[in-house]
Amino acid sequence: MAVKNNTSPNETIKETVLQKFPEAGFEEFQGQLSLRITKEKFAELAKFLKTDRKLSFDYLTDVTGVDYLKMEREPRFDVVYHFNSFKNNWLLRVKVGLPEEDLNLPSISSHWRSALWLEREAFEMFGFNFTGHPDLRRLLLPDVFDGFPMRKDYPLRGRGERDVILDMK
Amino acid sequence: MADPAYQLKTDRTILNFGPQHPSTHGTLRLVLELDGEIVIRAEPHIGYLHSGFEKLGEYKSYNQWVTLSDRMNYLSPLCNNIGFAQAVERLIGVEIPERAKYIRVILAELSRIADHMVWLGTHALDIGAFTAFLYGFEARENLYVIFEHTTGTRLTTSYTRVGGLFRDVPHDFVEMVKNFLKYYPKVLKELHGLLTRNRIWIDRTRNIGVLAKEDAINLGVTGPTLRGSGVPYDVRKNFPYLIYDRLDFEIPVCDDGDVYSRYLVRMEEVEQSLKIVEQCINDFPDGPVSLFNQKLALPDKEKVYDTIEGLIHHFKNIMPGHGFTVPVGDIYDATEAPNGELGFYLVSDGSHKAYRLRVRGPSFVNFAALDHLARGAMVSDLVAILGSLNIIAGELDR
Repeated sequence: MAVKNNTSPNETIKETVLQKFPEAGFEEFQGQLSLRITKEKFAELAKFLKTDRKLSFDYLTDVTGVDYLKMEREPRFDVVYHFNSFKNNWLLRVKVGLPEEDLNLPSISSHWRSALWLEREAFEMFGFNFTGHPDLRRLLLPDVFDGFPMRKDYPLRGRGERDVILDMK
Repeated sequence: MADPAYQLKTDRTILNFGPQHPSTHGTLRLVLELDGEIVIRAEPHIGYLHSGFEKLGEYKSYNQWVTLSDRMNYLSPLCNNIGFAQAVERLIGVEIPERAKYIRVILAELSRIADHMVWLGTHALDIGAFTAFLYGFEARENLYVIFEHTTGTRLTTSYTRVGGLFRDVPHDFVEMVKNFLKYYPKVLKELHGLLTRNRIWIDRTRNIGVLAKEDAINLGVTGPTLRGSGVPYDVRKNFPYLIYDRLDFEIPVCDDGDVYSRYLVRMEEVEQSLKIVEQCINDFPDGPVSLFNQKLALPDKEKVYDTIEGLIHHFKNIMPGHGFTVPVGDIYDATEAPNGELGFYLVSDGSHKAYRLRVRGPSFVNFAALDHLARGAMVSDLVAILGSLNIIAGELDR
């Protein structure tokens, strides 16, 4: 593990990010660092994480969403990104809160092409609108499918799917 | 592409590839835009095996979901079991007993060999080398005998539990694994003899589907596909888990980034897995395979039948609405599955079920790179490229 100057990687990431983004929030759970940022600042932060020499988070591991409807939290959604820095061997989680009324978030597929499919999946499962994504269509489900199945108010069985498949004929 | 001066004016052809094509191994579909025999664009249409296991994860308790993890990458279900159980253990913050760690490592590495053998067999079959298929499948059969003897089933193993294992390995497990270690290098040698310097194999795989290092990182591929492009990233080395930090093994890397280098990386990985298994089996500790904490791990059957506490703990663990609880928080935990980084992102609200269960399967991200790899390739090479990625539809379609 790349631990330099006896400071833990998490502390180094915190310091570096806070210099540029003082409004970023951090939390640690079981040794893993999460960064929370507002959606307005997110595009800038993503670019910074990739291009900063010290951090160089060059690898996007995962993009997904969480619907906090049942935990009664504001805002309702989180978009969760996992970045990996091959140079330093660090992992960083970035969370962006999205309220139900405005699900627009800038796409990062221009920096990491792996985001192309991951964002498409997050779009079809939660309905996030990744602005600037070149091809934001449904990926796993039929194109005419209505509804966003990974949302908490979408039931495990029932609503929608049968009608949709009948309509397809 | 050919010299423009010789190019005739042709129409583009749209060709539908799959979902029922033998080389797609499962059901995946590509829509190819062709100029003659050259692929201009390949658009994957996926989702035929969509089973919604992420959604189900929000309705099943942690130990119930282990059975669903078998159905993800069905060539190496044990790796999925181990990855998931480990993520939950990390969320709770417990360490499993030493013997359980050793068993998990041995079974994960044997699964890796089995996965690579099936991959090699079917990949070679797609390209036209039938013999390697039989050799690969015979080796896998020997491993499946061990898995069946240990877990009770060949495919739907469901062997791990949160806090350890479902049961200890049988008494002749060590002997069986040792026999396999003795017999297997011979098979590997024969496979190398069949393919590695085979002129036809090299012609079909060298400089096909080349993935440059920068593209590999940018496209997010993992596993042998990433290491075949010269990036020495392996979760076992970079973020060691279980006992991998104590074991002596190498991460094979190949710089060319073509189908042949992915083949070489996988073959070398099999050698390294053998080395790992040998070290573990020579140093196999005794002891329990589950945590003593019976509020977390299921008690032994003898305790359940003979003591009242055992029975209570058993019921508390099994009954719906009870079970163990985990702290509120979220965790990302990854293991190195045969095809790459298998990550689990778990969000817990403190109950006995996951609030959100996200699987970052390697097949999904690797398959997204197909369009990049296929452009400019011949249709017949597309089969080789698709085979070299080892896409497992169950994991891809989630």
